[in-house]
Amino acid sequence: MAFLDRTARSFLLTELLVGMGLTLKYLFKPKVTINYPYERNPYSPRFKGEHALRRYPNGEERCIACKLCEAVCPALAITIEAEPRDDGSRRTTRYDIDMTKCIYCGLCEEACPVDAIVEGPNIAFATETREELMYNKDKLLANGDQWEPELAKRLELDAPYR
Amino acid sequence: MAKVTVDGREIEVANGSSVLQACEAAGVEIPRFCYHDRLSVAGNCRMCLVEVEKAPKPIASCSYPIAEGMVIKTDTPMVRNGRRGVMEFLLINHPLDCPICDQGGECDLQDQAFSYGQDHSRYEENKRAVKDKYLGPLVKTIMTRCIQCTRCIRFATEIAGVPELGATARGENMEVTTYVEKALTSELSGNLIDICPVGALTSKPYAFVARPWELRKTDSIDVLDAVGSAIRVDARGSEVLRILPRMNDDVNEEWLGDKSRFSFDGLKRRRLDKPWVRIDGKLRPATWLEAFDAVSTKLKGMPGDKIGAIAGDLCDAESMLALKDLMAGLGSANLDCRQDGARIDASRRDFYVFNSSIAGIEEADALLIIGSNPRREAPVLNARIRKRQLAAPFPIGVIGAHAELTYMAEWLGDGPSTIASLPEAFAKVLADAKRPMIIVGQGALARPDGMAVLAAAWKLASSIGALTAEWHGFNVLHTAAARVGALDLGFLPGPGAKTLDAMMGGGVDLLWLLGADEFDTTRIGADTFVVYQGHHGDAGAARADVILPGSTYVEKPGTYVNTEGRVQRTGKAVFAPGEAREDWAILRAFSAAIDKPLPYDDLDALRARLEQVNPVFGRLGFLPRFGANDLTAPGGDPATVSATAFVPAIADYYQTNPISRASAVMAECTQTYAPTPALAAE
Repeated sequence: MAFLDRTARSFLLTELLVGMGLTLKYLFKPKVTINYPYERNPYSPRFKGEHALRRYPNGEERCIACKLCEAVCPALAITIEAEPRDDGSRRTTRYDIDMTKCIYCGLCEEACPVDAIVEGPNIAFATETREELMYNKDKLLANGDQWEPELAKRLELDAPYR
Repeated sequence: MAKVTVDGREIEVANGSSVLQACEAAGVEIPRFCYHDRLSVAGNCRMCLVEVEKAPKPIASCSYPIAEGMVIKTDTPMVRNGRRGVMEFLLINHPLDCPICDQGGECDLQDQAFSYGQDHSRYEENKRAVKDKYLGPLVKTIMTRCIQCTRCIRFATEIAGVPELGATARGENMEVTTYVEKALTSELSGNLIDICPVGALTSKPYAFVARPWELRKTDSIDVLDAVGSAIRVDARGSEVLRILPRMNDDVNEEWLGDKSRFSFDGLKRRRLDKPWVRIDGKLRPATWLEAFDAVSTKLKGMPGDKIGAIAGDLCDAESMLALKDLMAGLGSANLDCRQDGARIDASRRDFYVFNSSIAGIEEADALLIIGSNPRREAPVLNARIRKRQLAAPFPIGVIGAHAELTYMAEWLGDGPSTIASLPEAFAKVLADAKRPMIIVGQGALARPDGMAVLAAAWKLASSIGALTAEWHGFNVLHTAAARVGALDLGFLPGPGAKTLDAMMGGGVDLLWLLGADEFDTTRIGADTFVVYQGHHGDAGAARADVILPGSTYVEKPGTYVNTEGRVQRTGKAVFAPGEAREDWAILRAFSAAIDKPLPYDDLDALRARLEQVNPVFGRLGFLPRFGANDLTAPGGDPATVSATAFVPAIADYYQTNPISRASAVMAECTQTYAPTPALAAE
């Protein structure tokens, strides 16, 4: 009996039809793939991506060279040098992050008293050479300028939990 | 002695101690801001509150004397509440700018707020803001951070002896100020930075440079004056970022002169980092081999008595011994370490050291200073003299140039003739004193009749009873850190050999300068071949035919003997720049290049040799006190002193050696503190 049943199914192509039916069903469902890099999945405001140094709305850089991020960095990826600027304020003369050392733990942004160093949403910063991953102050400030709207929004969303 | 109980532990403390001292003796740490061991008690921060049984309120332990049977409790709810309240009041007006404050990480207020502070503030009014004050090129002020502990005022008045700081107004309006806008005229002003418990007074040259946790700390010895203060060299990578004093009660207590503290920026300027050889009248960079070749070619066939060596003021004993041995190998005894031309009798050690010891100043009861200005030549030692005078009446007489010392001193005369004919009143003071002291400075010795002055001073010392079996009151105050070490080694002309003066003007054909920059190099004969081994491009290097780059005192472990005769060692904090090497190693390598190898291959062997030459080098750090057992006077006839007045040994405190001359900070100090030229209109 079982033999007849199996033979009949095979010849009547029911399994094929069931399979095609499933395909047909998914044809009318909303698609799950996205058109990366033109589209991105939603991500948490706490996502830790590429670093950036932010500025105040008046263009003044936020970082005051307190060196807490350098001290807290578990991978020793941050190097800071500082001296008084011409107006007497405390500023960095050098702010380097070795992105190949960084483990993206986010302790630097947690330590920062002025929200200057942040880890933004950007994940697409792969480079062709290793040297390009040694970020200096200019690169980090440029990142900040580029991502500022999103960085500000991210901090605002996370503010109630801080 | 009184018995008190601290947190249930019964201890005995000396009568008259404060409760805070009793707690410290019991091993309980009491938080404090205004109290400092070496300053008078102010009792105004109220952080040191403790509970005493049967007292209705918590008491300020720093200013409360102990009583027999007192029961002290340091960790009760009352104490904790009291301290928390005090901390809250202090933080009302203290800005929360720790991230940009240089004291961050080593701040008393930060540490104690961690223990006694609250996580929020109840204060909603405006904080107070105070205008910053100008204290000169070394101390930076951010007066808003001041918590009015008045430590700086007490330091300036009591230790430094320049009562130029004070407080105006009271309560919330109180401000620490200099009254008039003028740089602090103290050689010890850098200590204000250490003494300030918050970030109100910080170091100007070190502003925003580094955090304490980044620094590599090396214990060392200061060599920019002859006191040999204990220091800590803080470095990051290959750079020395600051120098701080270390505690050494026998020498510098916890103070440090400004030159020693702030000259470090001279360590990276004008450095010799590769060998140079003069070719066709011009110095050109060379390799070590070429430099050695140039010297050994010149040396070939040269008779020993045509070779000479002069050791500078910053040289370590190891390199001086290596040079001495090298010269002996070449058959020369033309050695000299007295660049300033000081006449010194090196036949006995107590003729050229500070016999009473620096701590011994506190035991003396009268003092005569001959041809010296301790304030410029040894500020830390000067502070000790002031401390002695503050403790009890201490008559001080000065023979030499008029100088503003930081204590009461009677000016007796300006030349050596005064030594034999002291004013009667002061002669009586000295004669009546039980432990009189005489300090002879380089201003008295660095002159043609120096030996006679030395002998006259010794004669006076023995006539006033300064030389007894228990007390040696005859002291020589040096200005060069290398000098006593060189004298201990015998870095002096051998019998019949040439002195520095004889080596000048063509007296020798080859002159080896080991960091010697403090004499007039134009006196060297035009045909003399000069080898300069040192670390800075100063006077000596400019005249040199071959330059061998050496190391500074922070770049080599070296042995130095201070003016007391205390043997101490520096630590190696950083590596010398470029191709520069440790000085003894250069001499050892050169000795091999001319096939007269020195008999030591490492520092330990060299130090063993050092001890063999003079056993004093074996007693590290420890200074045995001797009485005057042998009253034989040093050579020189006291009757032959000239009538010429003494001139100060140091013209400018801030620039006395190649390191401080290369320092921009010291140059700024020189400019700030230079005597104002009289206006033509006046």
